[in-house]
Amino acid sequence: MDFFAPDRSQYPAKKPDGTLDIDLASGKYLKLWQGPNHPGITGNMSVELTVCGDEVVEGKTHVGYLHRGFEKLMERRSFIQCFPIVCRICVPEPDFNEYCYAVAVEDLAGIQSPERANWMRALILEMGRINSYLMYLGGQAGALGLGVIGQWTTYARDLMLDRFEEMTGARIYHMFILPGGVRDGLPEGFEQRMEETLREIESTMKDVHDVMFHNAVFKKRTVGQGVIDPAWLDQYGVTGPNARAAGVAKDVRRDQPYLVYRELEFEPVIGHDSDIYTRSDVRRRDLLMSVDLIRQILAKMPRSGPLIADMPSMLHWKIPRGETYVRGECSRGEYGYYLVTDGSGFPRRVNVRGPSYTHAMALLERMIVNINISDVAALMVSLHTYPPEIER
Amino acid sequence: MRALHTRLQQLFPLGELTEQRPDLGFVTVPAAYLRPTLLHLRDREGYTHLVLLTAVDWLEDGQFQLTYLLSNRSSAQDLGLRVLLPREGASMESIHDVWPTAATYQRELREMFGIDFPGSPRLHEEFILEGWNDIPPYRRDFDTLKYARANYTDRPGRETHDPEQHMKQQLYPDGA
Repeated sequence: MDFFAPDRSQYPAKKPDGTLDIDLASGKYLKLWQGPNHPGITGNMSVELTVCGDEVVEGKTHVGYLHRGFEKLMERRSFIQCFPIVCRICVPEPDFNEYCYAVAVEDLAGIQSPERANWMRALILEMGRINSYLMYLGGQAGALGLGVIGQWTTYARDLMLDRFEEMTGARIYHMFILPGGVRDGLPEGFEQRMEETLREIESTMKDVHDVMFHNAVFKKRTVGQGVIDPAWLDQYGVTGPNARAAGVAKDVRRDQPYLVYRELEFEPVIGHDSDIYTRSDVRRRDLLMSVDLIRQILAKMPRSGPLIADMPSMLHWKIPRGETYVRGECSRGEYGYYLVTDGSGFPRRVNVRGPSYTHAMALLERMIVNINISDVAALMVSLHTYPPEIER
Repeated sequence: MRALHTRLQQLFPLGELTEQRPDLGFVTVPAAYLRPTLLHLRDREGYTHLVLLTAVDWLEDGQFQLTYLLSNRSSAQDLGLRVLLPREGASMESIHDVWPTAATYQRELREMFGIDFPGSPRLHEEFILEGWNDIPPYRRDFDTLKYARANYTDRPGRETHDPEQHMKQQLYPDGA
């Protein structure tokens, strides 16, 4: 792969400790904040840019605008009381928090969730993935001025939220996956309404493909822009579509199959150019794969059987001392929960490994150098980051 | 996992392996041997992905536990390395040159637990908290409730109910 080699002679020299020697008094450089209130920023974070002309010479990610100390709050709550907290760690795709936390508790408490519950969980996770990708596509197009795509994808996402509402009773925070299983089965006639929703989403995605991915402006500004070198994947812990667009088929669903993914037919979607366009395209195709996976799940899932394991009352749980890590493949990459218990009724430590932690901090700060100010938003959105995962 | 542990034990003084699942194990490493163990796992055993680096506060033992979780994608196995540090003046060797992304984790641990990683880039820049002047907030001896009461005032006109009393009132209104 050939990379653009910038002319560094115009840029500040490096000090012995590796930081840049930026003399703001020289008038050559300017500090520019993108965020925390800015249309071209992903959620509540900001990037402190140092620019020379209209080119970025240094970028620093700042987070902390919505820090509530989720991990600390959980240490004071019983295992079941943590549920209203975990789902708030990622707003557009909360189900992975519920799933990873529930399985981590199951793993340490020695609970086995019933098979039907695993199918339900896989269904919910794939539905959440579609929601998250639809939100991303709207944001990615919006960052480059194609506002209408966001309106279409919001419409499609709303249909999926309706399916969530009839299944779980809630639109955003479902709290449907519990340790031991799930709260309920499918409502009557759900399959048919889901099929209608999936067809509508496919139809919207066809329009999105025509209007966004064949758009001259979109292509001009994204092809060859914001390339992730495959060598950075291990250095920066890059996972998910960001890694798959670089040609590495990293997908937890395939690498370490969890739930029922062994019984489903799919191939991780990969791309090769590793630029913003490829990452968008990988996510678009991954979304269509999730549509297919939902059809497979609905066709194969058992319609009878227990939905939750036989367990003592959750209000009085004490879990023996131990530690575990549980991961899943969310729309942004590897999502994981590291849970430590000490034999009491409260978690000793919960650590959330969100993919945005590495993507929005170290990786973005590395990639943002030498790009134009007007491309910062597109680059940032293309990494698909959600700030609450960084500042749990 | 057992075979890997046996191979590693011939090279480094490791503790016993805790096999949580067939694909996940945890092992304790003396702080001085962490770096060679990490490099060996990364370069010779295919554990190239640093999944996370975090700390656990064992206040009653007077220790911090640092957990370095590594993943090997080809064998689909994860190994967690535990390093125990004394809580007083906790300091650990930085691994930002082994995995550049570790610098972010170390910056967070310095702020949230007060563990020092000498040499780690931008270690003393504020990560999440601004102008923090209390003990590091993720330590077990930091009391969130006490801090909130000392620093913030309640909005007037707000009622709070003790959940236990509230449920008792709901279930047994006549106080039975």
